[in-house]
Amino acid sequence: MPDPTANHRPSDLSVADPAIRVVDVVRDYPRPRTSLLRPAPVVRALRGVSLEVQAGERFGIVGESGCGKSTLLRIIAALDRVTSGQVVVEGTDITHLPERRLRFLRENLQLVFQDPMSSLDPRMRVRDIIAEPLVVQGHPASGERVRELLEAVGLSADAGDRYPHQFSGGQRQRISIARALAPRPRILIADEPVSALDVSVRAQVLNLISDLVDELNLTLIFVSHDLSVIKHVCDRVAVMNAGEIVETGPTGDVYAAPAHPYTRRLVSSIPTLPRALAGATTADLLSGTPSDPPKGALA
Amino acid sequence: MNSVLAVEDLTVTVRDKTLVQDVSLTVDPGERVGLIGESGSGKSLTALSVMGLLPEDVHASGSVRLAGVDHDLIGADERRLSRVRGRQLAIVFQEPMTALNPTMRVGDQVAEAMLIHDTVPGRRAARAAAIELLGRVQLPDVLRAYPHQLSGGQRQRVVLALALANDPSLLICDEPTTALDVTVQAMVLDLIVRGVTDRSSALLFITHDLAVVATVCQRVLVMYGGRIVESGPVNEVFTSPRHRYTQGLIAASDLESADRRLPTIPGNVPAAGQFPNGCVFRTRCAHATEICATAPPWSGTASRGFACHHPAPALEPADA
Repeated sequence: MPDPTANHRPSDLSVADPAIRVVDVVRDYPRPRTSLLRPAPVVRALRGVSLEVQAGERFGIVGESGCGKSTLLRIIAALDRVTSGQVVVEGTDITHLPERRLRFLRENLQLVFQDPMSSLDPRMRVRDIIAEPLVVQGHPASGERVRELLEAVGLSADAGDRYPHQFSGGQRQRISIARALAPRPRILIADEPVSALDVSVRAQVLNLISDLVDELNLTLIFVSHDLSVIKHVCDRVAVMNAGEIVETGPTGDVYAAPAHPYTRRLVSSIPTLPRALAGATTADLLSGTPSDPPKGALA
Repeated sequence: MNSVLAVEDLTVTVRDKTLVQDVSLTVDPGERVGLIGESGSGKSLTALSVMGLLPEDVHASGSVRLAGVDHDLIGADERRLSRVRGRQLAIVFQEPMTALNPTMRVGDQVAEAMLIHDTVPGRRAARAAAIELLGRVQLPDVLRAYPHQLSGGQRQRVVLALALANDPSLLICDEPTTALDVTVQAMVLDLIVRGVTDRSSALLFITHDLAVVATVCQRVLVMYGGRIVESGPVNEVFTSPRHRYTQGLIAASDLESADRRLPTIPGNVPAAGQFPNGCVFRTRCAHATEICATAPPWSGTASRGFACHHPAPALEPADA
C-alpha cells in the first residue's frame, strides 16, 4: 500500500520519539462579522501551545471551562485543524494529513468523553456500540472480542444485549471505555470522564482507567477541571489558562508548590477534606495561596 | 420549639414508590447544615418538600415547621406558601439560568423580590436596595443587564442576591456550585457563607461534594436511599464516620492519599424506589448480615447519631 504513514508503524518507532508532540499550536475561530467596516472578530482558542507526551506516560491537562483544553484534544485527535503549528503523533506529522491518511490515528488513538449518554447511540445495542470501531476499520467484529472487552471493564456478558439507557452513569462510562479499547489503541484520551459521576462510582471508574492503562501499556491523556482527580491519576500535568499552558511539571510538584499565579489560585480554590477539617474556611479558598500554612498567609 | 426549621417524619411518595422515608431534621438559628448524598438519595426532594415545590404527582407527608410561620408547610395551599417563599425561606438552585426570568433586567428581578413581599417602602427604595444587594455579591454594574449577558458564576450571584433580598431566616442551597469552575465556586461559596452570617440566617446546604460541605457547614446529614443514615458535627462525621455508607463515601472521595487504587463502594446506587427494605445500604455493604433485613434503629442523639446494625468503631481514622 503506497501509504506514507505505513513507514511509521511501531516497529520503526525510535525509542526517543514522544507519543504526542504539539509544537506552537494556534487555533483561531473566526466569529460572524458584526460590521461591514471592521474585520470579523476572532476567538483565540489556543495561543501557541507546545507539549510532549512520552509513550506510556499518564499526562493530565487541567483548566477551567473556556481555557481551550477541549480544542487542544480535538486537534490532537485530528477532529479539528490548527491555524498554525504542528502536531506529531507517534512520529507522524498529522497537521495537514487528509482524513483518508489518518486511519492509523483512528486505530491507535481513542477517546472517552464526559457525558456517556450523549456519546452512546441510544438505538444501538451495547455489543454493536463496542464493535463499531472494529467494523468501521474493517476488522471482523467477533462476539469473542466484545465479550472480552465487557469483561475487561467489569460488565457482565449479557450487558451486550441491552441498550445504553438501561445502564447507570458509571456503567455507561464503562461501555464508552470498552468501545475506546476495542481497536487496541496505544493512546487513550479521556475528556472529563468522571465529572458527571457520583463519588462512589467515580472511584470505580478511576480505578478501572488506572488498571487498564497499566495492563495495556497505554499512553493516557486525561483532561479534567479537577486538579485533585488529575493528581490521583497522572504523572505529569499541564495547567491551561486562556489558551495557553501556564505551567507543566510532575503532578505532585505542581500541586504542592504551584509556580504560576494562576495555578496557585486554582490549587487554593479546591476544597479538600483534610484542609476543611484543619479549619480552612471559604475565605481561605479565595486567598490565592495553598493553605498548608493555613491562615494569615495572604499572598 | 426554637429551631428555624423542624422537619418531622417527612415521607415523599410517587404512586407506589417511596422516595424519601421518615426524614427528620432540625436547623437552628444561624446554623449551617449540610445535606450530602449521591444522586437518587432524596436530598433534593427533601429540599423541594420544604419549599412546597414538589411536582404534581409527588406527595409529601409528615411535618415541616418554620420559625415565624404559624402553619405547617406540608399541605399548606399555594397562597400561604407563596407568602413564605422568598420571605422567610429562600432557595438557590443548581442552574441559575432557569431560576432567572430571561426577559427581565436582573436589577428589576432583585427589586421585585422585595416589592412582592412589601419589605421596602416603594419602587425607589427597592431599586436602591437592589443596587446594594448586587454590590454585596460583587456585581456593581449589572443592574440593567439581562441574564443571558452574564456568565454562569455571575448569574448564580444574582440568584444569591435575590434569595437574600428579604433576609430569610433559612436559605436552602441545592448544589449551587456544581456547574461552576473551582475558582468561581470558591467565590460563590464565600459569598453564601458571608451572606448568611451577616443576616444570622440559617443555611441548609445540599451537595454531593464532601469537601464543600466540610468547608461551608458546621453540621452534616448524610442521606442514602431516601433516609438520613448519619448526622453530626462535620469534624466528627468526617474523621470518625460510624455508618458504613459514610465510611465508604469518605474513603472513595479521598484522592489525597498517595495510593493509586481508590477504595470503592461495590455496585451502583439503585434506581429510585428500588432500594432494599430494612437497611437501605445492605446490598452494597461488606458488613451486612441477616439482621440488616430489618430497619436499623437510630443510635445516639438527634444531633449526633447513625442508623446501622454494624457500625464502624468510634474514632476510627477516616481513611481506614
